[in-house]
Formats: sequence, C-alpha cells, structure tokens
Amino acid sequence: MSLLSDISPAGREFLAAATYIGIEVLAPAADEVDAEARFPHEAVAAMRAEGLLGAFVPAELGGGGCTVTDLSLICTELGKHCGSSAMIFAMHQIQVACIVDAGRGLPYFDELLTEIATRGRLIASATTELGIGGNVRASLCAVEYDGEKISLRKQASVISYGAYVDDVLVTARRDLDAAASDQVIVHVQRPNLTLDDQIDVWDTLGMRGTCSVGFELYATGTTDQILPLPYADVSAQTMLPVTHITWASLWLGIAEHAVTKARKLVRAAARKQPGTLPPSARHLATVVGQLERVRALVEMGVRDYERVRRDLSVGSTMAFTIQMNNLKLCVSADVFAIVKGSLEICGLAGFRNGTEYSLGRQLRDSQSASLMVHNDRILDHNASLLCILKD
Amino acid sequence: MSERTTTIRTILAKHGKLNGSADTIADDKSLYSAGLTSHASVNVMLALEDEFDIEFPERMLTRSTFETVANLRLALDSLLGEESD
Repeated sequence: MSLLSDISPAGREFLAAATYIGIEVLAPAADEVDAEARFPHEAVAAMRAEGLLGAFVPAELGGGGCTVTDLSLICTELGKHCGSSAMIFAMHQIQVACIVDAGRGLPYFDELLTEIATRGRLIASATTELGIGGNVRASLCAVEYDGEKISLRKQASVISYGAYVDDVLVTARRDLDAAASDQVIVHVQRPNLTLDDQIDVWDTLGMRGTCSVGFELYATGTTDQILPLPYADVSAQTMLPVTHITWASLWLGIAEHAVTKARKLVRAAARKQPGTLPPSARHLATVVGQLERVRALVEMGVRDYERVRRDLSVGSTMAFTIQMNNLKLCVSADVFAIVKGSLEICGLAGFRNGTEYSLGRQLRDSQSASLMVHNDRILDHNASLLCILKD
Repeated sequence: MSERTTTIRTILAKHGKLNGSADTIADDKSLYSAGLTSHASVNVMLALEDEFDIEFPERMLTRSTFETVANLRLALDSLLGEESD
C-alpha cells in the first residue's frame, strides 16, 4: 500500500501545490540553478506563496498541520523537479520540526511558528563548526549570558542557504563552562544576527543550488530563544529521524525522475521494432526493481517514525536510531545506483546536457547522498551501537 | 558508598571521559552535562556489562539510563537484584 494512502487532507492539498510549482517553477529553473550554483529564489518564493514553508506548523498556530508522511511525499515530489530546491525545503522542515517538538507551548516559539506559517520565514541550520569536523554532537562555541541577554559567536563551517535567510537554529554549548557535548539549540534572527561570508565558495559537483558556504556567525538575543530540551534529545527524537526521512524522500524523487526518463526511452525503442526486446529493457527491469525497494524503505521508515512520534520516548532507543541510520545508508547508495542505471539506459542522450533524457544533474545531485553526513560516519555510529544492542 | 556505586564510578573514570572527577560527581548530576558523549556512554555500558557479567536489555538502552550515577545504579539493581550489605 503506497504511502499516499496515509496522506492527510491538508497534505493532499500541499502535495498538489508541490506538483504544480514543481512543474511550473522548479523544473524550468533547475538547470540554470545548477549551472550557476545559485539560490533557487523562484522556487522558494513559490513555496512561500503556496504556504509550503509553514506546512509542518500546527494548524492551531496558523500552519498547514502536515504530518511527517505528508512531508515525505512533498519532498519526493519536489525532488523530481529540482534536487537543490527539494533539499532546501527538507532542511527548512527539519528546523521547523525541531521547533515544533521542542519549543511548542512556549510564547517565543509559538510566535515564531506563527510567523513561519503566516510570513513563510525560511530557517537555516548551523550545526557544524570549524575545529570540530563533521561531528555535530560537540561544540566549541558557547552561549554567553548577561542577565536575560545572551550572545553567541560561531565559526559555522556550513550554513546551507545561509545568505538568504533571516533565521538560523544554532547549536552551541549550554554555557562557557559546559562540556563539548552539553549542547543546546538557539534560534537567532536578523537584525540581531550577522553572518560574515567566509572566503570559501560553493562550487560543487552537485546540489549546487543549496549554496552551502561557511559563515562567521554572531548573534545576540534573550534566554527565551534557547530551546528547553538538550540538543541530544532533540537530535534523537526529531532531527535525526526527520533528516533521514526527508532526505531519503527527496532522493527517491530524484531516482523516480531518472527512471521515468529511462522508461520513456525504452518504450520509444520498443515501438520502433515491435517483437524485438530492446537491449535496454532488461536494464530497465533491474532499475525499476531497485526503485521499488527504495520506495518500500522510505515508506517503512516513515510509518515507523509516525508510530514513534505518537510516543516520543521510543524515539530515543538505539534500535530506532540504527534503523533510521540504515534508511539513510541504504537509500543514499541505491539512489545513486538507480540514477546511474537510468543514465546507462538513456545512453548518450542522457549523458548529453539539454536533451529530454539528460541525467547529468540528477547523477551529480544523487552523488551527494552518501556524502552529506558521510556514510562512513553513520556506519561507524551503527557499528558502535551494535556492540551493545541485543537481538 | 555501596560497592556497585564504587564500581560505576571506577568505570566512569576509565571510560566516561568526564570533565571532572568521576569519584566526586554527585549521584544525581547529569553525566551528559559533565561531558559524557554518546560514544563514551557505549564504552561505559560495555565495561559495566563485562564487569557484572550482565547484558542491558534494549528497554534500558536509552539516554536516561546513562544520565546519572543513580540511574546506572538503579539499572544494575534491577538486573542483579538489590545489593546485599
């Protein structure tokens, strides 16, 4: 049974909007966004206009009231049209989910959620830090206090689309005396936020529209901008599963798009010589089987997480963390294989840019899947947990 | 101090990589705020399992089990029975 059977009524409308803007706005701009490595302004503006940026904000706060299932389906749809735009959508929703799960009910965060819903504020994330490497579960920077006032300075090695937002969720040590792993999440916003562009340039193989450069971040604010739960808890219950699910979902969209092109090419070849099986048809059969497997993995992950969300304490078990990590590991590897297989079916028409079968962008975008939070790191994390987890 | 609590502190000192001394941290003080990482908590768990010849069942493999010395003690007591004086 497809995940579509679990979609909420609100989700159905947002999915229709995502399909519409995907075809009308994202797809026409995708090649230019990719070629110029520029922020997809038109895609984000369209998402904002359709209320998609507030889709996961609870309806009581003026948002779309979408479920994680809805988000997954929307990510897949957007991923078919523009990987970078879908990734920006996913990263934003991860931040929104953290605010909903950890900040809901507090006046500051309820007001923020209302603004995300009504004004379509785009939220970025600053978890990585110079001097720490890719380990987001440790920070050097710390929140500094002056009564109710706080300030925070962070050498953020990557803030995706940071130059285009007013709001950032930042991880930092709880205070100057806190251990590296004792982290909190702080919401900071302009004009009390400055992001000085660092010298690096986002000139990458794929996902070029996410504009993921580093910044020197400085922000001031008040203590009520700190989410009350420790980062470790928010990470286990919300950030990690929502990240792996939304990313896997949009990667699935990239794969579905590639297979759609491969199928079209095989059908065209079959029509030319009825009675003779085109040589590429067998490869297509393989790729479609791989795609079914990825779809099943995503659906299982979403359904299990929806169950966990009804009882958030379950989310912090190691078994669930391993399962979510496996979703990322499996889907990231399979999606690249599917796009590559589709490219081989499409042959030179797929290899060449500017044809109806071009798959260069999709191949390069899908290669990022195993590198964004490197699979080696995730595999090591699982390996470590498996030393103690029982059958 | 009970023998079990002493053993917990010895293992924390060896594997917990805490900022302060594992001997003096209060029973109810958060080990995470004292610098216990998830990686270190795995090593603490492995060492406790080896020391007491036990296996922590999955329901105990949560952050809260490793939150404090007191919680670790409760977990051990529930697996081993109350400590005899």
